[in-house]
Amino acid sequence: MAHETLTGAQAIVRSLELLGVTDIFGLPGGAILPTYDPLMDSTKIRHILVRHEQGAGHAAEGYASSSGKLGVCIATSGPGATNLVTAIADAHMDSVPLLAITGQVNSTSIGTDAFQEADIVGITMPITKHSFLVTKAEDIPGVLAAAVLIATTGRPGPVLVDIAKDAQVGKMEFIWPPKVDLPGYKPVTKPHGKQVQAAAQLIKEAKRPVLYVGGGVIRAGASKELLELSKIIGAPVVTTLMARGAFPDSNEQNLGMPGMHGTVPAVTALQKSDLLITLGARFDDRVTGQVKTFAVGAKVIHVDIDPAEIGKIRFADVPIVGDVKEVLTELNAELISELKGTKPDIAEWWTFLNDLRTRYPLGYTQPDDGKMSPQYVISRIGEISGPEAVFAAGVGQHQMWSAQFIKYERPNSWLNSGGAGTMGYSIPAAMGAKVAEPERLVWAIDGDGCFQMTNQELATCTINNIPIKVAIINNSSLGMVRQWQTLFYNSRYSNTDLNTGTDTIMVPDFVKLAEAYGCLGIRVEKEEDVDAAIKLAIETNDRPVVIDFIVGRDAMVWPMVPAGLSNDAVQFARDTRPVWEEGEEE
Amino acid sequence: MSQHVLSLLVEDRPGLLTRVAGLFARRGFNIESLAVGTTEVEGLSRITVVVSVEGLPLEQVTKQLNKLINVIKVVELEPETTVQRDHMLIKVKTDASTRSQVLEAVTLFRARVIDVVSDSLIIEVTGETAKLQAFLKVLEPFGIKELVQSGVLAIGRGSKSISEKILK
Repeated sequence: MAHETLTGAQAIVRSLELLGVTDIFGLPGGAILPTYDPLMDSTKIRHILVRHEQGAGHAAEGYASSSGKLGVCIATSGPGATNLVTAIADAHMDSVPLLAITGQVNSTSIGTDAFQEADIVGITMPITKHSFLVTKAEDIPGVLAAAVLIATTGRPGPVLVDIAKDAQVGKMEFIWPPKVDLPGYKPVTKPHGKQVQAAAQLIKEAKRPVLYVGGGVIRAGASKELLELSKIIGAPVVTTLMARGAFPDSNEQNLGMPGMHGTVPAVTALQKSDLLITLGARFDDRVTGQVKTFAVGAKVIHVDIDPAEIGKIRFADVPIVGDVKEVLTELNAELISELKGTKPDIAEWWTFLNDLRTRYPLGYTQPDDGKMSPQYVISRIGEISGPEAVFAAGVGQHQMWSAQFIKYERPNSWLNSGGAGTMGYSIPAAMGAKVAEPERLVWAIDGDGCFQMTNQELATCTINNIPIKVAIINNSSLGMVRQWQTLFYNSRYSNTDLNTGTDTIMVPDFVKLAEAYGCLGIRVEKEEDVDAAIKLAIETNDRPVVIDFIVGRDAMVWPMVPAGLSNDAVQFARDTRPVWEEGEEE
Repeated sequence: MSQHVLSLLVEDRPGLLTRVAGLFARRGFNIESLAVGTTEVEGLSRITVVVSVEGLPLEQVTKQLNKLINVIKVVELEPETTVQRDHMLIKVKTDASTRSQVLEAVTLFRARVIDVVSDSLIIEVTGETAKLQAFLKVLEPFGIKELVQSGVLAIGRGSKSISEKILK
């Protein structure tokens, strides 16, 4: 047991070291200055100085989401802390294990509107799993240990620790390990045996089962168990936006992504199913469409570690609270003993789904304006980079195309802002992923709108030797908003032109901007140059690379279920609805 | 609309009430009454909250409350198996001609007078919500100048305690 007198600031650094933290993204300021001093001497922790605190937050998210480890970011009080808010909210929506440490003004000044004071605990209360305000040095080790425990166990999420400046300066006796006392925190990970049996029974009887796989499978590291279950029962699998990579796309049973921009087979499989085997998914509105017409004929098995998700949107016939990895281990064993080597007969269901797969594959058309098709560019990035790479997307059309047209084979290879839909996520998230996994090829696939929100982190990447690759899918507009304006607002393009295309005034010129940040900048306007540019980017590792792909602005994301409508209204292409069964009328 | 009485055993931490109240606001649950106080155990507080639920199961409310790290336990207290009490202080207008009538009502409802001046009385009364409502109705004609009340306090009948299991 270590026992010595430290300052609160030294205790912060020591505690983080002892908690296994090796990388922190942050930016110093007045109220966190005491902590930055001992941080400079730490040989175990690498601190990466970002250019904006939001970048620190998303970098910590990308770090966590690509590696499964805890992500840590640090900022000063007031505006430093409020700049973290978007990233914290993002981590909350997507269950990312994140520790955010903020400096706070002296405890004696709290509540006086002191310089750079903000009630960040109050501000972040609705968007954190938990938060702490520390005003005494001696509380630091215990609070940090509790914060890490809460962030990384149960349903992961962001935890904020706000530490007053006088607590950082004050002296304390450092004792490790500290006592962590959380009587109200007991996540249930082991499932109820009876419920597992009930689930197995429903699975045995189902004629049209679907494995509805959500991001929880990735957070729980349950891909292996999921693959085993899929082999045991032979059911089709759909992977939500947050679950891309949880189940290999190359597997015959994978129907792709469901939801607003899901594949016709995936959307239809859920819609026509008689049993949704829901694993770490939460019936998000982007998946269900109109809830009352969603999968009306289906019974529901709902596995989630968060009891509050079960029954929140959709009644669960068999609710199972538990860690999906543990649940699947037990469910697989139960099914193996119940089925005795047989498989449920769902041949008819597969015939129906395979027919949809043949008739409604993912596809796209060439843009009319002669520019490159964004789907082609994104497909090539995926194909050339391969499944060991990491792909972090921003939010919008390019995000959906990246989810659709890149084939994912392993969990944690696809990073995006699913629940919050945070534009600007990709550059810092890719940076964080590259720090967590320096050996991997890491792409930020970004839009011209998103890129302009957080591209300052390219400076961080260049200076700290974090050679990410950035593909800007440049359609010179806020593409997804423009798509909705095309479809639902009579093509009245209110405030969606960004003027970054080659036939505009090009402000900014992304190649020049990349060069100004010390990156290799490449512009690609023709499809025949796409492969060479991607390969050059992959080979260039002495600095980050930014490729400005000039693509057609009228390309749209299909299929699409218009917001608020039933999934039955899925459109395969504009004004084209799939015919689900022979002889069915439109 | 249905009303439920929830009893929360919570760690007595700064901001706890904000977390609970914020959760209710954020998730669109309505608080009808709220009473907070310390318990027989140091460091633990008890919150009694009356929540009205419409169009969403009470289960969502209790599950969300249970997710708060400082909330140790949430139980619903059923009227049949619990004692529920409101506490009220009422300032009533009186004069020589009405005072005796008011005092008669006080006796009938087993309330108490705790302050007297020439033109008003302060009455203290406890009881179930329905009784207090009836009492107020009786006093109304005389003129109620001021009224304060606690939230509902509730405790399970019998010898069991909700904190028992946690604090052995």
